[in-house]
Amino acid sequence: MAQTVKINVTVNGRQYEREVEPRLLLSDFIRHDLGLTGTHVGCEHGLCGACTILMDGEAVRSCTIFAVQADGHEIQTVESLGTPEKLHPLQEAFIEKHALQCGFCTPGFLMTILDYLGDNPNPTEEEIREAIDGNFCRCTGYFNIIEAVKLAAEKMASH
Amino acid sequence: MKPAPFDYYAPTSVEEALATLQNLGYDGKVLAGGQSLIPAMNFRMARPAALVDLNKVKELFYIKPTDDGGLAIGTMTRDSLVEKDRLVAERFPIVPFVVKHIAHPQIRNRGTFGGAIAHADPAAQIPALSVALKARFLVRKQGGERWVNAEDFFMGPFMTVLAPEEMLAEVVLPPMAKGSGASYQQVSRQKGGYAQAAVISVVVVDENKRCKDARVVLFSVGETPILSQAASKILVGNVPTAEAIAEVAEKISKDEVDPGTDIHGTAEYRRHLVKVLVRRGLTEAFERAK
Repeated sequence: MAQTVKINVTVNGRQYEREVEPRLLLSDFIRHDLGLTGTHVGCEHGLCGACTILMDGEAVRSCTIFAVQADGHEIQTVESLGTPEKLHPLQEAFIEKHALQCGFCTPGFLMTILDYLGDNPNPTEEEIREAIDGNFCRCTGYFNIIEAVKLAAEKMASH
Repeated sequence: MKPAPFDYYAPTSVEEALATLQNLGYDGKVLAGGQSLIPAMNFRMARPAALVDLNKVKELFYIKPTDDGGLAIGTMTRDSLVEKDRLVAERFPIVPFVVKHIAHPQIRNRGTFGGAIAHADPAAQIPALSVALKARFLVRKQGGERWVNAEDFFMGPFMTVLAPEEMLAEVVLPPMAKGSGASYQQVSRQKGGYAQAAVISVVVVDENKRCKDARVVLFSVGETPILSQAASKILVGNVPTAEAIAEVAEKISKDEVDPGTDIHGTAEYRRHLVKVLVRRGLTEAFERAK
């Protein structure tokens, strides 16, 4: 029987207590144990950025953190952003600027940008490019994503 | 793409961490930011029997000024903090500039300054930076400690002088000398990707613009960060001319680096990059030196 560890994690404002194997990745914990499948798993080695979440408010890749390491921390996933009835301004901006096609990478982009706009609410285009350089998108060619970040910055400033 | 099972330890103090490492011996592996180790475990290229996770050891997260004008950086300090810290930028402007080139924002939010050094990836920035800045490392084990100079620390790709029961606890950067200038040059295929070749140059000039010190450290073109001997031999004592800088660049690319060929570039191309980057780097460093 493999060792398990009891962890207490707050995810999207809700507290969870779970027993996990130390080798369980945070990405798998979020998807399989908590059923929050908005966080996507792409490369599983820290390259593609699809699994980006916020841990204590900072964008990190959930595939290169173990679930046990989230013990005592606050996690935010894409499910925390908006609802279909009331989208987050960042999500609205992605729709309005057609910043997604297949949508696989989108949750990772949204969480990365959410953290970034919190620190830098009025970025230049160059800064936006740097902010998203850790996220792959294989559909859009990035141009519409950059446009969406600009629009989201405007929307979030006026909110 | 799932890691093999391992025993997990999450000490909350340095003492506890050192005792755990002592007990585990060769089975123990320190987990710092995990941005290299966990991917390697996902691939099962690394299968440590036990991990000693330092993320709960609060006393290892700090950036402190030293009285002489340098800095002491706790091993677990996140790269993103080093990148944004005002004191670091003030005392070592080259440091945030180099750190910004490490991978991507999400990785810098998690990766640690000391972890990158202990991991000793030949393509990583922080090991080379520590050599260029004459950093000293505080290495601790249960009941003892020692100081190791950065240039004596790296033994080979992913190999250092650390024994299994030892831990890199602190990185001390001595103050930049008066008349210093520094430059970082790299070429990589994409932003945040591994450099095909890179060089960190730190020079010191006197009031007559004569070179007093020239530390040129290459990486991604050999098994460890490479501190050039030719640079100090040719430059120190002289006013650095374009010809002298070109001579250094030529000599380093020919004799001092040992690049390999892979899908990102041939050895020959990398030698060419080294020549160009050393020339640009030294030129910029001397321009900045004051």
